[in-house]
Amino acid sequence: MADKPRVATVSLCGCFGCHMSLLDIDERILQLVDLVTFDRTPLTDIKTLGDCDLGLIEGGVANAENVEVLREFRRRCKTLVAVGACAVNGGIPAMRNQFGLAECLRESYCDGIGVHNPGIPSDPEIPLLLNQVHPIHEVVAIDYFLPGCPPSADAIWTFLTAFLEGRPIAFPYLQIHFD
Amino acid sequence: MNVSAAVTVEGFVAESLATHGRDPRHLLQHLIRVQQRFSYVPDAAVEALSAALDVTRTQVRAAIAFYAFLHERPRGAFEIRFSDNITDRMLGSRRLIRLLIERLGLMGLPAWGRDLIRSDGRVSVGLASCTGMCDQGPALLINGQAVTNLDAQRVDRIADLVQEGIPLDRWPGEFFRVENNIRRRGLLLGNPATDGAALRRLLDEGADAALAEVERSGLRGRGGAGFTTALKWRFCREAPGTDRYVVCNADEGEPGTFKDRVLLTDYADLVIEGMTVCAGVIGARRGFLYLRGEYLYLLPHLESVLQRRRAEGLLGARILGRDGFDFDIEIHLGAGAYICGEESALIESLEGKRGVTRKRPPFPVTSGFDDQPTVVNNVETFLAAARVVQWGGYWLRGEGTDQSAGSKILSVSGDCARPGIYEYPFGTPVHRVLSDCGAENTQAVQISGAAGATLSPADFDRIIAFEDLPTAGSFMIFDDSRDLLDMVRNFAAFFAHESCGFCTPCRVGGALLRNLVEKVVAGQGSEYDLSEIRHIGAVMRQASYCGLGHTAPNHVLNTLDKFPSIYRRRLAREAHTPSFDLDAALSEARGIAGRNDPGAHIHALSGETA
Ligand SMILES: Cc1cc2nc3c(=O)[nH]c(=O)nc-3n(C[C@H](O)[C@H](O)[C@H](O)COP(=O)(O)O)c2cc1C
Ligand code: SF4
Ligand code: SF4
Repeated sequence: MADKPRVATVSLCGCFGCHMSLLDIDERILQLVDLVTFDRTPLTDIKTLGDCDLGLIEGGVANAENVEVLREFRRRCKTLVAVGACAVNGGIPAMRNQFGLAECLRESYCDGIGVHNPGIPSDPEIPLLLNQVHPIHEVVAIDYFLPGCPPSADAIWTFLTAFLEGRPIAFPYLQIHFD
Repeated sequence: MNVSAAVTVEGFVAESLATHGRDPRHLLQHLIRVQQRFSYVPDAAVEALSAALDVTRTQVRAAIAFYAFLHERPRGAFEIRFSDNITDRMLGSRRLIRLLIERLGLMGLPAWGRDLIRSDGRVSVGLASCTGMCDQGPALLINGQAVTNLDAQRVDRIADLVQEGIPLDRWPGEFFRVENNIRRRGLLLGNPATDGAALRRLLDEGADAALAEVERSGLRGRGGAGFTTALKWRFCREAPGTDRYVVCNADEGEPGTFKDRVLLTDYADLVIEGMTVCAGVIGARRGFLYLRGEYLYLLPHLESVLQRRRAEGLLGARILGRDGFDFDIEIHLGAGAYICGEESALIESLEGKRGVTRKRPPFPVTSGFDDQPTVVNNVETFLAAARVVQWGGYWLRGEGTDQSAGSKILSVSGDCARPGIYEYPFGTPVHRVLSDCGAENTQAVQISGAAGATLSPADFDRIIAFEDLPTAGSFMIFDDSRDLLDMVRNFAAFFAHESCGFCTPCRVGGALLRNLVEKVVAGQGSEYDLSEIRHIGAVMRQASYCGLGHTAPNHVLNTLDKFPSIYRRRLAREAHTPSFDLDAALSEARGIAGRNDPGAHIHALSGETA
């Protein structure tokens, strides 16, 4: 039991769609829990991170907390995977990079339709946003990139099983075509 | 100054159409004239050309966006572009740019795609890729005209002339003087004289005999790839088609190359004779000389040579009185796009379009201009071909090596006492060139341009020949006082700028390489980034669509192998470093939230070991 590889997952600036896709492996989740032990992940609700063999990162880096969490994952995980478009290249959240941060915040908290109590929040509890949203490999070294928005459950499954068995990672064409 | 109220945009376009015709393939040439006249291409010109030539507005706009010398928004009435090759930088161009900027009251520094334009519209300052004046730099272009040998005094004077609004034709003539600097003459440069002898021999002995001489000579293309010239001509001759075309590639865009400029200056007759002989062999009636925009100043000279040859019966209808031997040449200008030297992009550009490379095959010899069989050769190749037909194939074979007959004309620049043009027999070792041009303490030679190979002293015994060191003629020298990473930065920026954008490995890979090199320069790079450079470079070599992308990573990969210390000594200690300044990336949010507590900062060191 203790010898099973430990896996952690996290959603940084993502929509949780990649985690939902992981859950889409359906009953294979039962096989997966036989194969691995889950460490910190929204699936277990464990909030602290131990030493792991594999870390799956959803979402890009948009604020100071994302940086901190990502760095901790890099320190703790032997292998780190960018899962999904947001982690791989910033994805949808990076669309804000075309605008200034102040402009985005004003639109969200002051000028946008239906805003009550306008005013940009400022509280030490709230992590500061970065000027731009970045893919995770711009902050730490990443070992694998799993593209897709989200990558399909089958693609995630193929990756996990191949990785855990120590096989080279290769996908059938249908798992990585997106049209 | 460019703009005079008297001429409307519509009127100017109408006149251009009336003089130069309504062939849609002339679109680029019309656009260049409009740009020269108005310092940009106004919307009215886009509308008028789109209507008259029956090309869509989008196509016209795409062409304007593609070519570095065409603009949608006005540039200064004096449009200045500094040549930004590494050789210009080595001669102090950066300092001079700053000086001029200051004198003109402008702010900041020009960068690729960012020209500084003074608010009164009088002057703008931008950059250009190598303008081919490396032996007499630093150089700039002003309203398309080349200015050489810049120094602080000359720049000062230029600032005065601009401030006073003196038209270019009243500027001191020596500003525009371009020297040939021929330092060593061989087979080709030894004798510029011609009286149509090659054409006479062609007519006396017939096309088959002429082609046989070219075959016997073993002549290979001088533009870089080294394809056998006779074979190219024969393929074209035998390809099915209604018309055939001869194209002289005078784009000379490879940084550090300037020999074609000299050939077109002093040997234009022979080059044109070579084109005419080719036309006779393959049966072409029309030819084009594609002249890079940077050599605009050569246009009147070349037009006059063509005109004289027409008068002498060496060009035009019934050449040398022979019925059915009709051939004439049009000069087309380029507009600042390196990729247009690649033959299929060049043909696209000749057809008035953006210079995006074509799918190959079919090659130009079967489907080139107007989808007809077309020979594209370099300037030097045509010159050599003319002499081969005149003096016979064995004449060329008298020099050179097994696989490389004859001589190669080199453009030597960088750290040496006598930069200029040197012609050597193929087989000449690199060290011979270095000693002849007075190079001392040479650290490296970049041969065949930015796309070529970086040589370290261990390579200096190697020979210039297709079988060892092939070269399109560029030979840039770096002595041991230079930081080679400056060269790498310059070339990486060049390729990122010049990628035509058609394929991802080159468009994206080029930008990534440039960013990674800059990261290393800033002292933020890590081992990981070096391995990324290697990885991206390998993908570009393997997966790019054309030669630009295939060769673009050469300089970084070569220097990583041969001069690793220029990278290593700048690496950060961590195994991986972020690609941007994390703490600075919080600056806006800190400002908005009015915070500056320790929690509002990110520390640079992550302490990670991966
Ligand atoms: C990116 C790129 C730029 C090139 N630039 C030139 C050039 O400026 N002049 C030239 O003669 N050939 C250039 N070439 C080579 C041409 O595609 C072509 O091979 C050559 O003009 C053929 O003539 P040759 O057989 O006489 O050498 C370039 C090729 C590439 C891929
Ligand atoms: S990649 Fe797509 S599914 Fe995954 S977090 Fe981003 S937006 Fe959501
Ligand atoms: S390699 Fe691709 S993007 Fe680069 S110039 Fe060639 S076709 Fe264009």
